[in-house]
Amino acid sequence: MQDNGITPSQTVGPFFKYGLTPTGDYAWNDAFTNSTLTPDVTGDRIRIEGRVFDGDGAVVPDCMLEIWQADAQGRFADPQDKRALPNASFRGFARCGTDKDGNYSFDTIKPGVVPDPDGKPQAPHIVLAVFGRGMLRHLYTRIYFSDEAGNAADPVLSLVPGERRATITAVREAGKPVYRLDLRLQGDDETVFFDV
Amino acid sequence: MTFIYPTDSNKAHPLPLSPEYKSSIKRAPNKPLIPMRHTLSELTGPVYGHETVREGDADLTTMHAGEPIGERIIVHGHVRDEDGRGVPNSLVEIWQANSCGRYVHVRDQHPAPLDPNFTGAGRTVSDASGYYRFVTIKPGAYPWGNHHNAWRPAHIHLSVFGHSFVTRLVTQMYFPNDPLFPFDPIFNSVPDEKARARMVSSFDLENTQPEWALCYRFDIVLRGKNATPMENH
Repeated sequence: MQDNGITPSQTVGPFFKYGLTPTGDYAWNDAFTNSTLTPDVTGDRIRIEGRVFDGDGAVVPDCMLEIWQADAQGRFADPQDKRALPNASFRGFARCGTDKDGNYSFDTIKPGVVPDPDGKPQAPHIVLAVFGRGMLRHLYTRIYFSDEAGNAADPVLSLVPGERRATITAVREAGKPVYRLDLRLQGDDETVFFDV
Repeated sequence: MTFIYPTDSNKAHPLPLSPEYKSSIKRAPNKPLIPMRHTLSELTGPVYGHETVREGDADLTTMHAGEPIGERIIVHGHVRDEDGRGVPNSLVEIWQANSCGRYVHVRDQHPAPLDPNFTGAGRTVSDASGYYRFVTIKPGAYPWGNHHNAWRPAHIHLSVFGHSFVTRLVTQMYFPNDPLFPFDPIFNSVPDEKARARMVSSFDLENTQPEWALCYRFDIVLRGKNATPMENH
């Protein structure tokens, strides 16, 4: 009988690519790509890229990352966000599988400021979910940006010990709209993951 | 309706480190997860409707020139929240091995035949009541290198979105009475027996189509409760 307890998570496993991120390699089409960009999206276009490593420092070639974010005005493409949606075509979601060298990348726009439950501003950030073989449930983290003054007062980043904040802060490359963030699933420089 | 997502419900999930499942040893975080309050970023989520799904995407037996080999089955059920309400317009993606236990993935080395008439991927969107339905073939069990003579129980992988980014669920649907359950570290990574039972579909004779296909029911319960429940006695 159904007891309304939630259905437990199970690993995405090693063989999800043909179903979730086929990207032309299999007889199946992609529901999503690694880009949130739409022709009429407004805001600063950026690329976020990096690699994923396991506890041995080996690259993770079979993981899947998903991002969810606000538009440049800090509004979500979800009717549960009751504020106006100036970028009606911006969906704010993208998915990327890592390649054989553990690389991922997302093309998106820099999100705006989103309020926290007390109405206090949160620094621009993207919510990131990490799925992979060996991961029985996906992990949640956030991507912050190195060139945002608001990071210092961000209510979520403030929960993270100072020496670990760099693990979730993407670093802007000089002269390019590109940010780099490597993810480490384990170890001394382990990426901060949140219990949500 | 406003939803809340108590983190207590996450106790149904496996712990990140489950040493019997070897791949978790180097991929589970060692440091504790940091608790935080849900903000709009967590309480909202991607909304994908029927434009994401093409006609025929929910029938995995009709995607090629011929029919796949195997036992044709219907897999259906409701996507629900923790109050038992249907979750409408939720994208459900599935992928699975063929009837011989072989995935089309290039890195699957199991020496069982590929089926030119079966890819094993499908997707659909739950309707207004949360109902979803696929037609596929029953996947086979397959060996894997986790430990000596390790075999995965037959399963279908499912990926579901729900009301917010924190309802995101990737899971596996198993078939009733599989003799491999006691030996599978992935199935048994879920500590609570009642929670494990929620990953097992039930045989649904009533919705079997005579002379055509057997049927299994799999209800998916996502996080989410009404923030202001009605006093209803």
